[in-house]
Amino acid sequence: MHLSEAGSMGLFFLAPWVVFFPVIGLLANIALGRRWSEKTIGAVASAASGLAFVASALLALSLAAHPEPVRWLIGEWIHSGNLQLDWVFRVDTLSVTMMLVVSGVGTLIHVYAIGYMHEDVRFKSDPGRFRRFFVFLNLFIAAMMILVSGDSYLMLFVGWEGVGLCSFLLIGFWYEMDTLGRPSWANSDAAKKAMIANRIGDFGFLIAAFLIFTAFGTLQFDGVFEAAKGISAINSPLIVMITLFLLLGVTGKSAQIPLYVWLPDAMAGPTPVSALIHAATMVTAGVYLVARSAPLYVAAPLAQLIVATVGAITALFAATIAVGQFDIKKVLAYSTISQLGFMVAGVGMGAFAAGMFHLVTHAFFKALLFLSAGSIILGLERGHHHLAHSKRGPASNKHEESFDPNDMRNMGGMRKSMPVTFWLYIIGTLALAGIPPFAGFWSKDEILADAFGEGFTLVYWLLTAAAFFTAFYMGRQIWMVFFGKARHEAAAKAVESPPIITVPLMVLAILSVIGGALNLPGLHTLTGWLEHTIAFIHPGEFQFNVALISTGLALGAIALSWFIYGLRPMKAGQPDPLRVALGPIFTGMNRKWFVDEFYQAVVLNPYRRLCLFLSEVIEGRFWHDWFHEKVLAGTYNFLTRIALNRYADQRGIDGFFNGVGQWTKDLSAGMRQIQNGFVRSYALAVLVGVVAMVSYLVLR
Amino acid sequence: MVPVSYYVGLSAILFIIGALGVLIRRNPLVIFMSIELMLNAGNLAMVAFTRTFMVLEGQIFVFFVMTVAAAEVAVGLALIVTIFRSRHSINIDLMNTLKG
Repeated sequence: MHLSEAGSMGLFFLAPWVVFFPVIGLLANIALGRRWSEKTIGAVASAASGLAFVASALLALSLAAHPEPVRWLIGEWIHSGNLQLDWVFRVDTLSVTMMLVVSGVGTLIHVYAIGYMHEDVRFKSDPGRFRRFFVFLNLFIAAMMILVSGDSYLMLFVGWEGVGLCSFLLIGFWYEMDTLGRPSWANSDAAKKAMIANRIGDFGFLIAAFLIFTAFGTLQFDGVFEAAKGISAINSPLIVMITLFLLLGVTGKSAQIPLYVWLPDAMAGPTPVSALIHAATMVTAGVYLVARSAPLYVAAPLAQLIVATVGAITALFAATIAVGQFDIKKVLAYSTISQLGFMVAGVGMGAFAAGMFHLVTHAFFKALLFLSAGSIILGLERGHHHLAHSKRGPASNKHEESFDPNDMRNMGGMRKSMPVTFWLYIIGTLALAGIPPFAGFWSKDEILADAFGEGFTLVYWLLTAAAFFTAFYMGRQIWMVFFGKARHEAAAKAVESPPIITVPLMVLAILSVIGGALNLPGLHTLTGWLEHTIAFIHPGEFQFNVALISTGLALGAIALSWFIYGLRPMKAGQPDPLRVALGPIFTGMNRKWFVDEFYQAVVLNPYRRLCLFLSEVIEGRFWHDWFHEKVLAGTYNFLTRIALNRYADQRGIDGFFNGVGQWTKDLSAGMRQIQNGFVRSYALAVLVGVVAMVSYLVLR
Repeated sequence: MVPVSYYVGLSAILFIIGALGVLIRRNPLVIFMSIELMLNAGNLAMVAFTRTFMVLEGQIFVFFVMTVAAAEVAVGLALIVTIFRSRHSINIDLMNTLKG
């Protein structure tokens, strides 16, 4: 290779290394981690993720000089008939954006997790699991990198399943206990719920992939989009079917209605997992998928409308549920679903740049919020631990079992005990609520402006209402957690987290403040960057009215939350003021609008009854009791009774076989007479035979 | 020029003498000689036809037949010597132990 060629090729040879680095990290921890200290394990895992980030950054720099997509082949995969698939890493502006988010936020969360898991494994008294956690975390980074850098729908699916597996493993990380550390299968049930809900979505993804292959004969992105161009009809049934089956996959992975129910339960995993997988990266895979499939969606406005509507309804629905939650992580979980709704609505409307922009800023501020919540939870646990030891001594843990460090009703007044976390949380909240100039304002506003400008009126109003609720529940959380008086002794004794936890948070906080600069109105940096990959995006116009309305609503919602929760802080044991004011509506919000119960009644119970019917009636009574026992065994017994009695067996069957034996013996005795051993009689026989054969051949 | 039918007739006579010799005589040496007679009857017929039709294959084949006959005699004589050592007789009718 010539030097000039190498220069123009950039550093694209690094493409596979975004996957290799985390894999090396996890293999090192598997092979050697047993003898390493926690610090070494954490450092190796973080370095692996950090190197992946460096590689992504270098790829981004190369791409800035050379913005055309680069496909980097590392090996053959499936060559069968007209199916030609290879392991090809695709480096374009869209995939590099995702790589940067995944590895960047991922590295910060790795560092944070060193501090978090150090304490978590001790509170749950199993320090041996520290290494396992980092192996899973690195595996996740590797799988996510395959997802975002794959060059075909099937390679994307490999990553898609890989991150699903990591999600399952990490939700069920403390598989033999519930979130309070009591022996139970609650956490593993949550993991299974995530797995099964995702299976339904994956089914949709696979059907879509099969449809793509049968229709276009390839699964490679460029090939598919090129072939799709040949279908000129708007809303052709084929494209609509493909995009809607893809949407089913999106609803599973990105937690949209109707498959979102797994995400709140996924909070059973340790907090860094909630931040990394269930807020910042994995759940945005669906948004990435829609953005990646942009040419297909653009060809089917009907599917776009459905996607946008699903996203918008999810955004509002989840936001209302978040208002009624008491678990600090559940609030954030519903908030994540709601914000994912924003992104899905954005990419659904064709505002791919806005959706991706919100994905990036959301990764910053939601990771910040989750990790700060983790810091609060640890602070409470420390306070509680301290309390249990000073008052009752280490032997008594009866009190410990009933204490829930996630419950906001146990908090209050924590701005004094955890000042750093408090300010970080405020920054995250302002970014999420969409207060200018924080990052969330710019990205959320771009989605709203696009909805308004493109004529998706229903979507616009749903999203605006969701934005109002977002600011409200975040305000409620701030007042409940940080203001007023401590409602539990543990909250009063809470201890601030060490720097290894707070420093990554500060980095995320800075990003949450300045993240909006990525795509400021007028500059459109991110839009221009993504334009090299997605041909259909156009810079959204900054709508002053829209910005004014959403900012006004957000400020109003925060003021309203102050009026309800801040003015007269809740006391210990007092019911939520909203419950008093709203009654059954609040109960609905608190109980998640009974969706889980609805699914239980409509899907799970009939399914369970069907299973019982199949196992008891079909398999047990019909197949085993009747067919095998009665029909097969009964017929056989009957036949043996009539056919194999003494007479038929000994006279009939024995007689026949003994007869055959006797006949053979007699025959061989006769034949033996011919074998007399005289050579000349053999020679005569040969001569007679030859003469006979020759005579036959001659005289024939 | 002698007609080919003469050669073929001579060949047939030689063959019949050989076959009868194999069937009638009890001395293995004579039987071997009779076998040689039959083989040479065949050789004679082949050479005769070869000359008539002016082709070469038959002549070449005769060489192979002679080679095989020589090898066969070598093996056969060795067998007879061994049998004579154990039985002190080479009467063919005494060699009937292979009847099984």
